[in-house]
Amino acid sequence: MSNTTTIQVRVNGVSRTDEVQPRLLLVHYLRDVLGLTGTHIGCETSLCGACTVMVDGAAAKSCTLLAVQADGCEVETIESLATEDGLHPIQEAFWDCHGLQCGFCTPGMIMATRQLLQENPSPSEEEIRRGLEGNICRCTGYKHIVDAVQQAAEQMKAGT
Amino acid sequence: MPVSKLVGTKVKRREDPRLVQGLSHYVDDLRMADVMHAAILRSPHAHAHINGINTDAAQALPGVVTVVTGADIGDSVGSVPCAAANPTLRTPPHPVLAQGEVRYVGEPVAVAVAGDSYTARDALDLIEVDYEPLPAVSDLEKALEPGSPLVHSQWDSNQAFTFECGTGDMDKARAEADVIVRQKFIHQRLAPIPVETRGVVARYFPGEDELTVWSSTQIPHLLRAMLALVLGFPEHRIRVIAPEVGGGFGCKLNVYREEALLAHLAMKLKATVKWIEGRRENMQATIHGRGQVGTVEAAVKKDGTILGVTYDSLLDTGAYHQLLTPGMPPLTGLMISGSYKIPTLKFTSTGGFTNKVATDAYRGAGRPEATLVIERTMDLIARELDMDPVELRRKNFAQPSDFPLSVATGLAYDSGNYQAALDKALEMVGYQDLRAEQKRLREEGRYMGIGFSTYVEICAMGPSAALPAGGWESGTVRMDFTGKATVLTGVSPHGQGEETTFAQIVSDDLGVPIEDVAVLHGDTAVVPNGIGTFGSRGISVGGTAVYMATQKVREKAEAIAANVLECSTDDLEFEDGKFTVKGVPDKGITIQEVALQAHVATKLPAGMEPGLQATSVFEPSNFTFPFGTHICVVEVDTHSGEIEIKKYVAVDDCGKVINPMIVDGQVQGGIAQGLGQALLEEVVYDEDGQLVTGSLMDYAVARAEDLPPLEFARTETPSPVNPMGVKGVGEAGTIGSTPSIVNAVVDALAPFGVTHIDMPLKPEKIWRLCQGGNK
Ligand code: FES
Ligand code: FES
Repeated sequence: MSNTTTIQVRVNGVSRTDEVQPRLLLVHYLRDVLGLTGTHIGCETSLCGACTVMVDGAAAKSCTLLAVQADGCEVETIESLATEDGLHPIQEAFWDCHGLQCGFCTPGMIMATRQLLQENPSPSEEEIRRGLEGNICRCTGYKHIVDAVQQAAEQMKAGT
Repeated sequence: MPVSKLVGTKVKRREDPRLVQGLSHYVDDLRMADVMHAAILRSPHAHAHINGINTDAAQALPGVVTVVTGADIGDSVGSVPCAAANPTLRTPPHPVLAQGEVRYVGEPVAVAVAGDSYTARDALDLIEVDYEPLPAVSDLEKALEPGSPLVHSQWDSNQAFTFECGTGDMDKARAEADVIVRQKFIHQRLAPIPVETRGVVARYFPGEDELTVWSSTQIPHLLRAMLALVLGFPEHRIRVIAPEVGGGFGCKLNVYREEALLAHLAMKLKATVKWIEGRRENMQATIHGRGQVGTVEAAVKKDGTILGVTYDSLLDTGAYHQLLTPGMPPLTGLMISGSYKIPTLKFTSTGGFTNKVATDAYRGAGRPEATLVIERTMDLIARELDMDPVELRRKNFAQPSDFPLSVATGLAYDSGNYQAALDKALEMVGYQDLRAEQKRLREEGRYMGIGFSTYVEICAMGPSAALPAGGWESGTVRMDFTGKATVLTGVSPHGQGEETTFAQIVSDDLGVPIEDVAVLHGDTAVVPNGIGTFGSRGISVGGTAVYMATQKVREKAEAIAANVLECSTDDLEFEDGKFTVKGVPDKGITIQEVALQAHVATKLPAGMEPGLQATSVFEPSNFTFPFGTHICVVEVDTHSGEIEIKKYVAVDDCGKVINPMIVDGQVQGGIAQGLGQALLEEVVYDEDGQLVTGSLMDYAVARAEDLPPLEFARTETPSPVNPMGVKGVGEAGTIGSTPSIVNAVVDALAPFGVTHIDMPLKPEKIWRLCQGGNK
C-alpha cells in the first residue's frame, strides 16, 4: 500500500503538506500524523460525533472524511480553541456548568456547539437539543450540556 | 488568607481544563515510539467448530509482524478469570483466543500485529478460517430446556449456576393472603457503550523484565493481580496504568481477553503493542448488562399489607463467565425487598449459557432488576386492590425508627427516610392535581399516566466479606517539603470527579488551598494498593480512606506543631491551616511550615519518624443504602404509540453531599441510562445468535432530544457506616428511574386494560397495545 498522495491542509492555522495513503481517514491524519489527539474516535461510523472538527468553517465528522478530501481545506480542531488569554467561552461554559464527566465526548460536543452557535447565536433549549443530535454523551444526561450551550451563547453575544 | 470550607459546595472540577481542551490522554492518545498495532479477527458464527486456520497469506503481507491463533498460544496463557464465588458454578475455560471452537459472534479467533493499524486490519482479511457451524442457542429460556444445543458440550445442560436467598414461609404467606399477584418480567440485555471503547497498550521491557499495561479500565490494581495469574508472570513486575478513561459504567470493571492477549504479545515480541477496540467490536465483545427473566409472585392482604414476595429468575450469562457474571443475581435477590417491610422473601436464580457475549455489571448491576420488579409489583398490587400506588407504598414503607433495618434477604439497611423523599417529590409534582387532570384528560380521550419509583439501592461496595476480591479501599495523603499535598487513591475514576471531591475533603481538613492538593490515581506504581471504582464506592469507601488518612496527617502535624511551639497539643487550636496556641493568637505555625519541619526533621518530637504522610485502608462495616423517589408523568399518543414525558421529578438521598454539582451530574447521567432502558435500548440477537444491534445505528443510545426536562431535589440522611456520612450516587439515577417511566406508561394505558409492558417501550409495542389490549 505504498501509493500515496500529497495533500495540503491548513490545520489550526498552520499550513501542512503531507504524503498520505488515499484511504487514510481525516481523523487518523489529525491524530496519528499531526498528533492532535484531542479529536476522539467513538464509533468510526459518523454516529457519535466524538470526532467532530470544523472543515472550512462547518462542523464535520472527521471519521467519515478521508484526509485527501480535506486537501486544500482549512481544518480546525479542539486544540485551536483556547488562546493565550484563556479558554474559549464554550470551553469555559462546559467547565462552569459541569457539562462533562469522562470528557471523551467533550471535544466533539464543543465543536458541534461552535457550529450550532455560529448558525443560531440564541438557540432555545429545544434547538440546542436538536442541534446536538449528532453527538452522543453517555455520561451527563445532557442537561448540563444544554446549560453550558446556553451560557456560552450569552457570553459570546456579550463578547461580540 | 482564610480557607473557605469546600465540602458541601459546588467546586468546579479540576479535571476539566485538560478535558475541554482535548489535552488529556486516553489510551489511544498515548504516543510511544515503535508501537505495533494489533487487530483481532472475530468469529462471525454464534457457534462453530474451527477445523483449521491458515495464516500464511496474512503473515506474508508486507508490514505484518506476526499473526497468532489460539493453537499458537496453546496453554501458555491461562483462562480469563471469573471472581464470583458460587459452589454450583460451572466455569468453562475462557481462553484469550478460541481453542478449536467459537461460542459467540465476536469471539476472538486470531490476532494480527503490524507496524500500523491499517495493515493489521488488512491482514485480518487474509486469514482463512475453516469453520464448521454447530447448532447455536440464543434464547435464554430455550437454552435451559432439555434438548437444547449445548454451549459447552462437557456438561449435560446449559445450566451455569443456581443461587437463592431469602427467608420466611411463602406457603403460609399465600394461605393468609387475600390476593396473589403474579407477573413475568424481561430485563432486556443492554450495551454499556462508554463513548470511549476499550483499548490496551502493553509494553515489555526485556532488560528489566517488566511489563506495563495501559488499559481503559476501572480496576487497575485488580487487573494487575489477574494478569499475574493469567500470564503466570509475577505481580510485582507488572505495572498497570488506567490513563484518562472515557466512561465505564461497569463494562470496564472487568478483565478481558484482549488485556491478557496484548500483554502476552508484548512479552513474546519484546515490544510495545496497541489495540483499540472498534465500536462494532465493542457491541460484540464487551460485556452486556441485565439479561434477566423472572416471575414475581406477591401475597397481599386486602388492606395492602404485603405478606411475602418470591421472585424466580433466570440469568442469560452468555457463553463464558466474565469477572462478575454470576455475581449479578445475588445483587438482585438481596434488594428484592425494596424500601418495604416484607416478612417473607424468596429469590432464586438459574444462570443459563447461551451463544452470546457474557453479561456482567452494567451501571446498577443487578439492582435495577430488583427495583423494577418490586416497584412494578407495587403498582400491580395497587391496581389489583384499587388502591392509590402512593398509599400502598406509604403503608409498606420502612419507617425511620426501623433503622438499622433488618430485611428478610439478610441485609441490614443503614439509614433511610423513605416517606420524606416521597413527600417532597409529591409536592414538587403536584400529585393531587395530577390525578384530577388525568381523569379530565381521559374524558377527552387523552392518556396521561403517573409512575412512581420509591427505590432503595445498595452501594459503597462493600464489606470485604461480601465481595469476591476485597471491598476495602486505600488512601494516602502526603505533604511534601513545600507544603503541597498529594493524595493517592486506589479508586480509579473515569468521569466521577474524584480529583475534585477528594481534594475538597483534604483541603478542608488540612487547611490548604485546593490548588495545593493533587489527587493521583490509576497507576499501580504510584498508588500502593487499591480496588477500583464501581458499585458507587468512590466517595463512600475511597473518599473515606482519604478522609481517615487526612486525619492522621493532621494529628501528626499537630504533634510537630506542639513541639515547635513548645506547648502541648491540648493547647493548640487549628484553623485555616494554622496551628496557634490558645489565647496567644500570634504564636503559631502554618501547616506548610509544619510540613517543612517534618522533612527538615530537626524539631520533631523524640522518636517520631520524619515526613508528613499517612495511609489508611478503609474496610466498611456495611454497605450503604441510598434511596429516593422518582415520579414520571407521561402522555401516550395512542395513534402513534409515542410516549411524551411531561414531567420528571427526582428526589434522591445519597447521604451527605461533598459536591452538589457532581451529585446532580451523576443523577442526571444515571437517569439518561435508566430512561434508555425503559424506552430505547435493547441488544437484539436473532435466533441463530447473530447480533442484530451491532452498531450505534441499530442500538439506540439516548441523545439530547430524548431527555425530558428534569426537576431535582435532595433529602439528606447521613449514613452511619462511614465518618463523613456519605452513601454514593453513581448508580442511583439508573436504578431509580426505569420503573417510574414504565409505571407511568402502564398507568396511562390502564383504560386499555394494560397491566404490564416489557421494556423497551417502543412506539410500535405501545401502538399495538392500544389497538388490542394487553397482549
Ligand atoms: S467517531 Fe466519528 S462520529 Fe463517531
Ligand atoms: S462526558 Fe463522558 S461521554 Fe460525555
